[in-house]
Order: sequence, then C-alpha cells, then structure tokens
Amino acid sequence: MSVHKHDNCTGHGCQGLCCLELKDVGVTIGADELLHGVSFHLHCGEIVALIGPNGAGKSTLFKTILGQLPHTGDIQFQRSDGKPSRPVIGYVPQSPTFDRGDPVSVLDFFAAAVADWPVFLPIPGKLRQRVGECLMRTHAEGLLDKRIGALSGGELQRVLMALALEPLPHILILDEPLSGVDVEGEKQLLDMLDEIRQTYDLSILLSTHDFATLEQYADKVILLQNTVLKAGAPAEVLSSAAFRQVFHLRMGKEGA
Amino acid sequence: MELWYALVDLLPFEWAQPGHMFFMKNALLAVLVISPLFGLLSTMVVQSRMSFFSDALGHSAFTGIAIGTLCGLSQPMGAAVIFALCFSLLFTWVRRRTALTSDTVIGVFSSTAVALGIFIATLNGGSFTKFNALLIGDILSVESGKIGLLAGILAVILVLWVCAYNTLLLSALHPALADSRGVRVFWQEAVLNAAIAVVVTVSMTWVGLLVVNSLLVLPGAAARNIARNSRQYHLFSILGAVVCGVAGLMTSYYIGASAGAAVTLYLALYFALATILRKKQL
Repeated sequence: MSVHKHDNCTGHGCQGLCCLELKDVGVTIGADELLHGVSFHLHCGEIVALIGPNGAGKSTLFKTILGQLPHTGDIQFQRSDGKPSRPVIGYVPQSPTFDRGDPVSVLDFFAAAVADWPVFLPIPGKLRQRVGECLMRTHAEGLLDKRIGALSGGELQRVLMALALEPLPHILILDEPLSGVDVEGEKQLLDMLDEIRQTYDLSILLSTHDFATLEQYADKVILLQNTVLKAGAPAEVLSSAAFRQVFHLRMGKEGA
Repeated sequence: MELWYALVDLLPFEWAQPGHMFFMKNALLAVLVISPLFGLLSTMVVQSRMSFFSDALGHSAFTGIAIGTLCGLSQPMGAAVIFALCFSLLFTWVRRRTALTSDTVIGVFSSTAVALGIFIATLNGGSFTKFNALLIGDILSVESGKIGLLAGILAVILVLWVCAYNTLLLSALHPALADSRGVRVFWQEAVLNAAIAVVVTVSMTWVGLLVVNSLLVLPGAAARNIARNSRQYHLFSILGAVVCGVAGLMTSYYIGASAGAAVTLYLALYFALATILRKKQL
C-alpha cells in the first residue's frame, strides 16, 4: 500500500511537528459553562483518548475543535514546517442508527459526501471506482452496494472511518468508536486505528468509556470534566486520585 | 399547447377526439407535470421524516389563501405562496431554537395555521363553503397558463435536485456528520421546506388540501419498500406517482369521482403492493 503523507511529521515536541494546540479554551452556551481552561497538545502520529463521565463535555470539545461552536481561548494548528494553517479534520460520529429500510447504499452515502455528482442519477464508473478505493483504506470495499441500514455496527464504523479519511485529514476525531461494537469488532477496530496511524501519519483523538484497553493503544489519556483534570500516559491517569474521584471508585477506602 | 393537443388527439379515447374536451386534455398534461414533481419531492419528504410537516404546510397554504381572499385579491395564490414561505422558514427556525421535538413544533404550527385560516375565512360572519373547493381540489379546472407555471416549478425543483441532492441527503441522514463536512444543515432544511411550501401551495387548487399530503408521502413511502439505492428510490417513486396520477384521472373521468381522491387510492394500492413485495424480499 502506498503511504500518503500530507505533512512530514518527524521529531518530538511541538517544534518541527504538525500539532494541534488548545490554549485555555472555554465554551459557554446560554448560562451553562460547558468547558473552561482546556489546554492540551495533539501531535501527529499520536492516539489520544478522551475520558470522562457523561456530560463532561467530550462531545462539546469535539464540536469546538470541528469549529461548530463559538469558544474563548485559542485553537491553533501548525504544520510541520511551523506555518499555521487550517487543519483538515475527519469526524466519525458516535455509531448512528439509520433506518433499516433506508434506500441508501454505501456507495450513495459515500458519493453524496465526497462528490458533487447527484447520486439519484446513474453513478459514473469513475466515481464508483474512487469510492471503492476510499473504502479499501478500512477494508470495507465489499460493502459498496449494501444498504447503510443493513450494516452491522462494525461494518458501519469502517464505512464512517473510510469517509473520515477522505479527504485525508490531519486530525481524525472519533466519538465513542467502541460503543456498540462487540469484543471481536473492538480488536479489529483498534488494529485498524493503529494501521491508519502508521500508514497516514495523522493524529487521532477519540472518546471512550472503555478503560480496560486504553493502555494497549493510547499514547496519552485526557481526563475531562468541564476542564482537563489530568493528562498523561494511560497508566498515570488511570491510577490518579482525580480519576478515582470522578468515577467514584473507592479503592480500599472505607465508608460510603 | 397546440403540439400537446395534436399529440393527445392520437390517443384512442373518446375524449381525445380533435376539437373538444380541452379541459380533460389540460388535466392530463397537468397530471403529467404535477405527478413527477410530487414523486421527486416525496423521496426527500419521507427520507427527512417530514410527512407530518408537509401536512401542516397544506394547512398553512389554506390560511394563506384565506388571507389573500380577505385582502380582496382575485388571485390569492401569490399571497398564499408568500405566507407558506414565511410559515416554513419560521418553522425551520423555531425547530432549531427550541428543545421541543419536531412533531410537537409541527403540531403547534399546524393548529395555529388552521385556526388562523378558519378565523379569517369566517370573519364578519363569512361563509366557509366558498373554501370547500380547496379541500377537494379540481384538476379539471386547470388552465394552460397554470400548467406552464407548474412546469416552471418542476424545472426549478429539478435544478435544485441536481445541485443540492447530495447535501440534502447527507443532512437528512446525519446532520452532525454533514455539518462536520462543511454542509450548512440549517439552510438545507430551509431550502427544502421552502420548496415543499411553494409546491404544496401552488398545486392545492387542483389537487386539494386533503389529498396534497398523500401525494407527498405515498410515492416515497411505497418506493422505500422496494428500493435498494437512491436511483431505484427515485425511479419507483416518480414512476409510481405518474402511473397512479394518470390512472386516477382516467378513473375519475369514467366513473365521475374526485380525481385527487382516485389518485390517492391508487397510490395507497401501490403502497400496499410494495409492502407485500418487501415482505417477500426479506
């Protein structure tokens, strides 16, 4: 497989590396302060897992990075040559449910998102081939003519991920990719994430409630509850007092 | 029109004899324009779960005509189109701003529109009966100029479909995903709602308030049962609408019932057949 590189990301630290930097980001909607003082770096080639209870602001943070919410503070993206630019962001939404009867094939869905050719007209062979090639990135090319409503959770994830990789993004954001996927599917998905990271050299930011597998794939874990409570290596975050407090784990402690 | 009359005259029906029954020939042409228009819109109405919304729009069109009549306009359609446009845009906006679900917002808008329409229509002891024609509609009353207008609308909707079908589909399937890919979902909804508002209002005089919504829902609903992709979906929806439209008009001519109602019954039959076919398929 050929290696596509949008940027040459080598070295360590933010210098000379493409990098998304959040500085003191806050989001307030109406009277609710959803996020405040959120700061972190996301480097190329990294997989960063975002954890936190429901309502901690994970989805809000994703929307903010995607540019869908007004925010305070700074969100900057730097290419490897140090020049600031607008990053291409691929977004994989939380496993959506489509109607079982939706008369929309994977080809229709994909072509509607990536091409201008209206999909209610006969689809040219060239476009069909292009979509097939995109689906190959996540080993989903066999699903081209299946209806999106008939896909299994794992199959749908692969299609959505292939879609997020076209056009090739600098940052891939996945909202709870592991929910609704069985144990076998989870392993395939994590292997694929690793493959994507190595092949395309992009950074991956995902949210999850599944802590057991964090250490296998995540380079960094961010514990979020309206702000960053703890960030660092998986083992470090999972053993922190902040983590225990947020998830009400009373390890070895007495009382209710 | 001369060309059309010459064409119809070739048909082996008694009403197709040269030189008379122009109302029937006009009606047939109107059906051939209106039915693909509804078949096309129907695919997106059903896909976007707007069946109930299009019903509310029909009511708003009626209110618009009542307002137009109150203002003493001889052709209240212009006022009705403007009212329906405002109604659909206001609805799109309110739905976005509130935490209420869509069906609740539709219920609020629909009942308000009907109440306003009846209130205005019966103002100063006015009689409601003059609006009865709008409830049932009369395809035989269509004039050749109006067919031109309908054909113009069909052309505009076709252009909209070619330019915006992909983004409309994406917005309907997954708004957040569409948003992340740079689609302005709000405007997609607004344009679609406005298009439906115009089509419903303009065609109501001939199709009738009670039937207009079935035309917007049934072709798409039936096609959904048997289509596996977007091409088949459109083909089955438009073809079904045209066949049922023509069949309904013929039936109404020979046995003398309302054309709109006959068309709807044929569409219901189509839906039933499609549902049975689907059961066999799965």
